[in-house]
Amino acid sequence: MSETAIEFVDISKSFIDREGQAQTVLDAVSFSIPKGKTTVIAGGSGQGKSVTLKLILGLLRPDSGAILVDGTDVTKLRRKKLEEMRTRFGVLFQGAALFDSMSVFDNVALPLRERTRQGEDEIGERVMRWLAQLGLDGHEEKFPAQLSGGMRKRVGLARALQLDPEIILFDEPTTGLDPVMTHEIYELFARTQQQIGFTSVIVSHDIPGVFKLADEVIILEKGKTDVFSSVEEISTSSKPHIRDFMQKTMGEINRHHLVQ
Amino acid sequence: MKTSASRLSSNPLNRLGSWAIDTVSDLGRMTLFMLQAYRGCVRKPFRLAELLKQIQFIGAGSFLVIFFTAISTGMVLGLQGYYSLSKFGAEGMLGSAVSLTLIMELGPVLTALMVAGRAGSAMCAEIGIMQISEQIDALECMAIDPFRFLISPKFLAMIISMPLLTAFFDLIGIFGGYMSGVTLMGVNPGSYIEGMRTSVTNHDIFLGFVKSLVFAMLVVWICTGRGYLVKQIRGAGFGAESVSRVTTQAVVMSSISVLIFDYLITAILL
Ligand SMILES: Nc1ncnc2c1ncn2[C@@H]1O[C@H](COP(=O)(O)OP(=O)(O)OP(=O)(O)O)[C@@H](O)[C@H]1O
Ligand SMILES: [Mg+2]
Repeated sequence: MSETAIEFVDISKSFIDREGQAQTVLDAVSFSIPKGKTTVIAGGSGQGKSVTLKLILGLLRPDSGAILVDGTDVTKLRRKKLEEMRTRFGVLFQGAALFDSMSVFDNVALPLRERTRQGEDEIGERVMRWLAQLGLDGHEEKFPAQLSGGMRKRVGLARALQLDPEIILFDEPTTGLDPVMTHEIYELFARTQQQIGFTSVIVSHDIPGVFKLADEVIILEKGKTDVFSSVEEISTSSKPHIRDFMQKTMGEINRHHLVQ
Repeated sequence: MKTSASRLSSNPLNRLGSWAIDTVSDLGRMTLFMLQAYRGCVRKPFRLAELLKQIQFIGAGSFLVIFFTAISTGMVLGLQGYYSLSKFGAEGMLGSAVSLTLIMELGPVLTALMVAGRAGSAMCAEIGIMQISEQIDALECMAIDPFRFLISPKFLAMIISMPLLTAFFDLIGIFGGYMSGVTLMGVNPGSYIEGMRTSVTNHDIFLGFVKSLVFAMLVVWICTGRGYLVKQIRGAGFGAESVSRVTTQAVVMSSISVLIFDYLITAILL
């Protein structure tokens, strides 16, 4: 059994809407994410995948439970300690969250400029190398508003990987990318993980594609989680909602049924 | 949970109660915001380039608006003052009347209102958009303090620019009064200048300076604060609409507080 990087202990999270009704997103879930491996979080839209990532980052606070990152409970950290903790993460938001008044180059260079003592030459070289790897060379002077959705995602990826993070949290890194680019991004992840050895947590709708990368799969549904250590385990699961999920994501479309 | 449940109720007492709770917690958040912004001013590394950019945005950008407001205010003061003073045969006091009105009162107030409308609204919208599009969350995730990085340079730039713009306003206004009073109405130029020199004291200039400083702190605090808290302001709505609402709200609130504090400072320091 490998070491644990992140552990959820009985985490519950609900949101209260305008009418005072509580909507439960996570209902006392517990799971752990192994160190140095790739964990994929899958599940239908609106099931709480992005919320899960924000909880890990301390951007949202759970109603109850603990989230341990290397044994430290992030839900109890104060601002300063939380800031320290966050230096270990590389994050890609679902909407990329690029700084829209900065060029592509400046976006990617920002973490290096702010958090390292590297000189402009060194930073420039590194940023250009990453942009080239992600097929963005020639676009470094553009602003986020001038990019396509997939390009924005790739800039966000480049930005998230600049500080050699110990843990990466990527929210739908390949949504909006064509299959070839998606494949290249997965290869890039695998390569970088070998180099840096980070723990990666990837939220993805690219099923079964992303399973090629996964060491562990967490399926979120109706506030509960199911953890699987291999793709075979998922496909042979006896739980009805998992079979249903797999049937709908990987099974064939019943066209005859659709026509009717 | 309790507050949101009582908000549903139509009982006026309950409504008043939940309104009071909302208002107090909003004030609390605004105060915390202000403290964090000032703390960000002394946190390292210091962003000199961003500070200069903001000073240029507030200062250089507002130059023309301030110029036209000041020249027309000064010219009206010159005419109006001439009309009133000549009833007592005291046209010689025109220089003193115009300059005192501008330095102690109209200069700081009108400059602050102009800056709130121009630069303050832009700051509020910028920060509000960064908040709703998760750019501020992204900064935090990179362990970059959004206050030091984004908000504090705006505070410093405003506190530096406002007194300078006010001085510029006063100067142009006094020149405007000279144009209409002396050039058009024929007041003796020597007495205009002399009246100004003898009547304006250091204390008057100090009062004007204190006002412009306080107004700068108010405008930048309210405008950036409303933008930053856009997601937490009850009734602001969501998305682009919420940003446009809080921007309008920020300009109105900062203008009103400038007027209120103008009275308070005058009452205390005069
Ligand atoms: N800040 C918030 N306030 C209120 N409700 C929220 C908030 N953030 C998320 N939710 C709710 O929590 C639920 C889960 O949202 P989340 O963004 O985690 O979904 P998701 O699994 O990432 O979906 P998708 O695949 O579409 O991105 C949704 O029903 C959403 O309405
Ligand atoms: Mg999501």
